[in-house]
Amino acid sequence: MVSGAEMLSVAAFLEGRYAQAFPSFGSERMGAPVMAFCRIDNKEIRLREPVLAPDALIIQDPTLLHQVDLFNGVPKRGFILINSTRSFAEMGLGGFALGVQQYRMCTVPATDLALKHVGRAVPNVPMLGGFAAITGVITLSSLVAAIRQKFPAAVAEKNVAAATEAFEIASRAKEMIDA
Amino acid sequence: MLKQTEGSRAVAEAIALCRPQVICAYPITPQTHIVEGLGEMVKGGELVNCEFINVESEFAAMSVAIGASAAGVRTYTATSSQGLLFMAEAVYNAAGLGLPIVMTIGNRAIGAPINIWNDHSDSMSMRDAGWIQLYAETNQEALDLHIQAFRLAEELSCPVMVCVDGFILTHAYERVDVPTQEQVDVFLPPYEPRQILDPADPVSIGALVGPEAFTEVRYLAHHKQLRALGLIPHLAAEFKKQFGRGSGGLIRSYRTEDAETIVVALGSLNGTVQEVVDEMRARGSLIGSVSICSFRPFPLAASREALMHAKRVVVLEKCLAVGLGGIVSDGVRKSLSGIVLNGYTVIAGLGGRAITRGSLTRLFEDAERDELEQVTFLDLNADVISYELERESKARRTGPTAEAILRRIGTVASGIG
Repeated sequence: MVSGAEMLSVAAFLEGRYAQAFPSFGSERMGAPVMAFCRIDNKEIRLREPVLAPDALIIQDPTLLHQVDLFNGVPKRGFILINSTRSFAEMGLGGFALGVQQYRMCTVPATDLALKHVGRAVPNVPMLGGFAAITGVITLSSLVAAIRQKFPAAVAEKNVAAATEAFEIASRAKEMIDA
Repeated sequence: MLKQTEGSRAVAEAIALCRPQVICAYPITPQTHIVEGLGEMVKGGELVNCEFINVESEFAAMSVAIGASAAGVRTYTATSSQGLLFMAEAVYNAAGLGLPIVMTIGNRAIGAPINIWNDHSDSMSMRDAGWIQLYAETNQEALDLHIQAFRLAEELSCPVMVCVDGFILTHAYERVDVPTQEQVDVFLPPYEPRQILDPADPVSIGALVGPEAFTEVRYLAHHKQLRALGLIPHLAAEFKKQFGRGSGGLIRSYRTEDAETIVVALGSLNGTVQEVVDEMRARGSLIGSVSICSFRPFPLAASREALMHAKRVVVLEKCLAVGLGGIVSDGVRKSLSGIVLNGYTVIAGLGGRAITRGSLTRLFEDAERDELEQVTFLDLNADVISYELERESKARRTGPTAEAILRRIGTVASGIG
């Protein structure tokens, strides 16, 4: 999770932008809900408060949907990406996306893609591929470069493959989401 | 070279560029990534002519640092929170002996209750130990201050703490410009010790000093810090000239030119304060802020100069002097001796509580109307306080306070708010 925010910030940096990524400083134990934040701007970022109104929300563990008020602060037309093999209708969120807030929502089977390409349930990189496709805030090539900075070559290429497939899946969904 | 990296990594790279010869440290959150990074650099051969010593405790870390520095080598360590308290006796000794050790503090609260998150309680507890204390606003400044710190420490023979907000800076990835080795070598010449333990030319360091001379030794330590008041801005100016960016110095003013309300803060909080100042300025408020970089020595004259024309001063503190209120406020008010204005102390961000623009805006607007108490606790949950006080008034055996409050709040995992 924290690495995901880090790689997102590196991708933005590689595009010449300012970025700030930081963890939520939560409990240091396995299994605890963890948040990480990333701000991207064209000027230096001075603000140090946690992100309270995210333009985009990436949910890596959909089981949190029923435990925490995850969408709190997401503005109208905000982007929401959920790691799931299921559609919104199947998750019971069918009418939600079209509701008052008109969120631009997309599911990405990120854990499956990670298992397929990387061999481990590490969904953060494919989620970033989905994020790049849906939001256009960073390009896939910047993300790929950030992944290659983060990991040793062999592991990096597996993650690049996962991110690229996630990007393609989310790109196919983009037209419907933007509508 | 510009790079996007973690604050701890930026500090580690700065330290490596300063060519330390001995690094000793004991891991403690949130400082750990710094010395882990340095350990890897020594092991990997990137940082040469440096001995990385794993010690068994923070007390040992500072003791080894004292020995190494007395033997005439450039010495570095880092710690946080309880680690700093555990090394406290040796912290005083390093300053008393005049050894130019540089230490990073990854600022963190002090227990009990145990808390790993950021505030300034740890470094503030050592404010009178004789070390110079510099507080970084950003990761770039954290990097830059370490380079200045070795120069400052060695010119004065006085140890320097560089205080970096734990997690908020140490764990944040942001853009930093890492200088080249050549640039740092020009700014920071090899260490020339004033005193050295040399078998060929034996001296004794650490004499027993009685009433006949103790005051004089202490006075000279004070005098050294007063000299630092001149040297710190001089080094910041020289740094700016060579590296092309402003970092360090005693204090920095932000939009204070015609300000009626001036907010004073240390460290990373200043960025958020400046955002709020801009928003309130846009709505017509006459507000500005002052960032104190050098807390020891305390820049009394610079503080007076920066604040004397304000109608009110709000000091935001990430530390509580229990039974008094503010610690930074003491210095600020002393600097304004004889000047009549309203001074407010605000305790904020204790144990990692987020300091938000919303809370600061409400606070500063209250200050503008002079509706603040002398000491205010930002975002204090009054319901929890009154519930707990009521509960304790009704029975004798009410059990531990912190646990009772957590039950009341219903916290299952630590929140950020």
